[in-house]
Amino acid sequence: MGIFDKLSGWLLSIFGKRQVKIGIYGPPNAGKTTLANRIAMDWAGTIVGEVSEIPHETRKIQKKDRIVIKDGKASLTIDLVDTPGIATKIDYHDFLEYGLTEEEAKKRAKEATEGVIEAIKWLDNLDGVILLMDSTKNPFTQVNITILGNLEARELPFIIAANKIDLNGSTPATLKSAFPKHEVVPISALNGINMDLLYEAMLRKFRKKRK
Amino acid sequence: MEVKVNFVSEEKLNGLTMEEKLEFILKEVKKGQILVLERGLTAEEQAKLIEMTMKKVNDKFAGIEMESYMAEKQNFWQKLFGKSRARMTIVGPADKLKTIYKDKEIIKAVIVSER
Repeated sequence: MGIFDKLSGWLLSIFGKRQVKIGIYGPPNAGKTTLANRIAMDWAGTIVGEVSEIPHETRKIQKKDRIVIKDGKASLTIDLVDTPGIATKIDYHDFLEYGLTEEEAKKRAKEATEGVIEAIKWLDNLDGVILLMDSTKNPFTQVNITILGNLEARELPFIIAANKIDLNGSTPATLKSAFPKHEVVPISALNGINMDLLYEAMLRKFRKKRK
Repeated sequence: MEVKVNFVSEEKLNGLTMEEKLEFILKEVKKGQILVLERGLTAEEQAKLIEMTMKKVNDKFAGIEMESYMAEKQNFWQKLFGKSRARMTIVGPADKLKTIYKDKEIIKAVIVSER
């Protein structure tokens, strides 16, 4: 860390504007990169990564540093970490349905397994997490339960974002009742719905100093 | 085709380190067996099991299906050490064990004997 970084970190701590590493976690195709792009576009004018309907499009950690989120006088500088989707199984046959050749599908599967490992390891490097769930799907999946349990065990501050509320079949209320102890913010990352609520929650949750 | 379901007692896994326990589980699952663990895995063990599984995924082994009920209430020691442990965990090969429904109280799964 350079002198400038140390000095700016010290000044930020004095004035209550911290720089924190925030990871976006969730199962494949929950919309993690779409959300990362939305946040980065809203506050920095650039995107973080490509999105695709094929699962496991993001197979390596993607970062966008020093995004400053503001709400009135409050601000928060975040290093945004877009993670590969966490899964318990990756079958290359599933990718063939999207028109990939067998070779491409196997390569994608291999990279996806490495991405899952990298995403799990990154949990140790973060100051906070946005756990993104697809509000059109059952929230009680093992991936959601495992991520949630690990965030609780590490005492990492986190927000659950119930994504895709613009779609038919979305039931963010189911997510809220599934995780009553935690803050759930219903959003559409694609259409930018309720992003103000998410930013407000991020400022509130991630500006606090960790115990 | 027969599918074995093994009910593994708490005592069987108690004396093992986390690595040994997860190696045992993964070895059995790779043999095609489905395990029902009387004492469920902690959240950290679940994450580690996913990591270890990903290292073993290949053309013939797609990974695991795992389901747990997490404990709603933690006791004093669990709170002190931050351990959130599942009340029960079921784990099997992804091509044999399929979860069809799950909520806080019910896991509905099917065992598929052939792909």
